[in-house]
Amino acid sequence: MTTLYPKFETSPTSQHPDSSSPFICTEQLSLYYGPQPAFEQVNLAIPAGQITSLVGPSGCGKSSFLTCLNRLTDLISNCRVTGRIRLGNLDVLDAKTDTTALRRRVGMILQKPNPFPLSIWRNLAFPLREHGVRDRAQIDEIVETALQDVGLWDEVKDRLKAPAQSLSGGQQQRLCIARALALQPEALLMDEPCSALDPISSGIVEDLIAGLRSRYTILVVTHNLAQARRIADNVALFWLQQNSGRLIETGSVQEIFEAPKSSITAAYINGVRG
Amino acid sequence: MVWSLQAIAAIAGALVLLIAAFLIGETLPVLQKVGFLPFFTDPAWNPTEALYNLAPMLWGTLFAAAGSVLLATPLGILSAMFCQYYAPAGIALLYRRLIELLAGIPSVVYGFWGLVTLVPLIGRLHPPGPSLLAGMLILTMMILPTVALTADASFAKVPPAYLQGAASLGLSRWGTIWGVVIPAAKSGLLTGVILETGRALGETMAILMVCGNVVQTPQSIFDPIRTLTANIALEMAYALGDHRSALFVSGLILMGLVTALVIVADAIAPEENHG
Ligand SMILES: Nc1ncnc2c1ncn2[C@@H]1O[C@H](COP(=O)(O)OP(=O)(O)OP(=O)(O)O)[C@@H](O)[C@H]1O
Ligand SMILES: [Mg+2]
Repeated sequence: MTTLYPKFETSPTSQHPDSSSPFICTEQLSLYYGPQPAFEQVNLAIPAGQITSLVGPSGCGKSSFLTCLNRLTDLISNCRVTGRIRLGNLDVLDAKTDTTALRRRVGMILQKPNPFPLSIWRNLAFPLREHGVRDRAQIDEIVETALQDVGLWDEVKDRLKAPAQSLSGGQQQRLCIARALALQPEALLMDEPCSALDPISSGIVEDLIAGLRSRYTILVVTHNLAQARRIADNVALFWLQQNSGRLIETGSVQEIFEAPKSSITAAYINGVRG
Repeated sequence: MVWSLQAIAAIAGALVLLIAAFLIGETLPVLQKVGFLPFFTDPAWNPTEALYNLAPMLWGTLFAAAGSVLLATPLGILSAMFCQYYAPAGIALLYRRLIELLAGIPSVVYGFWGLVTLVPLIGRLHPPGPSLLAGMLILTMMILPTVALTADASFAKVPPAYLQGAASLGLSRWGTIWGVVIPAAKSGLLTGVILETGRALGETMAILMVCGNVVQTPQSIFDPIRTLTANIALEMAYALGDHRSALFVSGLILMGLVTALVIVADAIAPEENHG
């Protein structure tokens, strides 16, 4: 799984994953919906080229945290974000930051597969065109590579013109991942990417995510601790305290599962396990 | 419960059939006498002398409807887009109310306004004034709310997940609208076009007031025309015998047009593939 994408102009700041330094770093990051905080004072470094899993109970702000990182929060009218997010030397929250370029660097996958009501091919080709790739042969090549990357190529190569909605749920989710990969991002934000899928599809998507390790920096929200343990390099635990989400503990999978420092982490891990 | 719904549906269906049967029944006297072809081949429309050419009026109806649909569709869809994706909330609300108001104005008021304002204006540009163009413009204003409101409603129904997906791929607003929203709203937009076309074909009062009602196939948009609907309204009061029966033939042709419209719409309707 180390297919190379045909090159097209990428942003000058784009760099190869380098596991020695964090790819994204948040400082005192807080998010409010109106007056109500979703999470507060999160300092989290997400290592480049690794899979970091975000876990925690429902409502503790995991999804909200993801949407800050690619500034999707801009779409929500009463949403306010404070603190800092650094992506390399880019200040993500700066009003002058080009969100188009940012979102190209940081792809996102949602819980429910959301392929556009277009053909399978156009689902991938259309965003590419929007980002300035006009050459048909180049588009075809990128589409094929991305579909191969998610293991979908052999399943759909004879019906690229069929509506994306005709695919199964698991295939749709892989298509969405391919759609993000086609833009050659550096990082992927995944919000419970397997939880809307049947067990078999879920397993396939999980293996796919694990296979993307080291080529992309991946941040994946999951309620499935067993899954976090299987695929993640690092785990960050969010928890609700005084009605707002807090980052309780971060560490490698081993640290979190075998020697948690916080009693909350220990209880969460055991509670869900037992 | 179910049977009462079935009964209501049956009544509604029966009404349509009844009207169709009535129309056909009323047309029979003249159709039996001269057949169907003379309605398109006779040298003129002069029913008292048994000349029944409806073709110029059919063209009038079709040109006026087509022109207004061509104008109103892009205007209506663009204005709905503006409302949904560009306008500040306050302005969008105001604009929506305005459009709803426009939809509620009686057609005779449109006609009256057209007669005293639009027709003289066109007359100054290119005499005589009452014309196909005046009809197209008045119709455009009348069907614009239909298409704008249905487009607005179908844009509002586009799943937020599509918009979120588009934003997270870094697509521009226009790219999102063009590439994602329009395909997702396609069937709703098409419904709007069908509805507005039906309304344009059937409109009578306003078009009667601004089109001049000369029975002729228009050579330019400045020529006066008479539509099939206007023809019925103008002559029904005094028509007798075969003349009256011939007017029902124009009614039958109108009904045929609308039926054809529905059939075409069904045939090209995009399959419901978003959900
Ligand atoms: N658009 C919004 N407007 C107002 N409040 C919101 C919005 N989105 C989320 N919230 C609130 O913010 C809090 C955090 O929500 P969030 O979706 O980030 O939690 P989560 O950890 O992802 O939960 P889950 O595990 O159930 O997905 C919740 O209390 C939620 O009700
Ligand atoms: Mg969530």
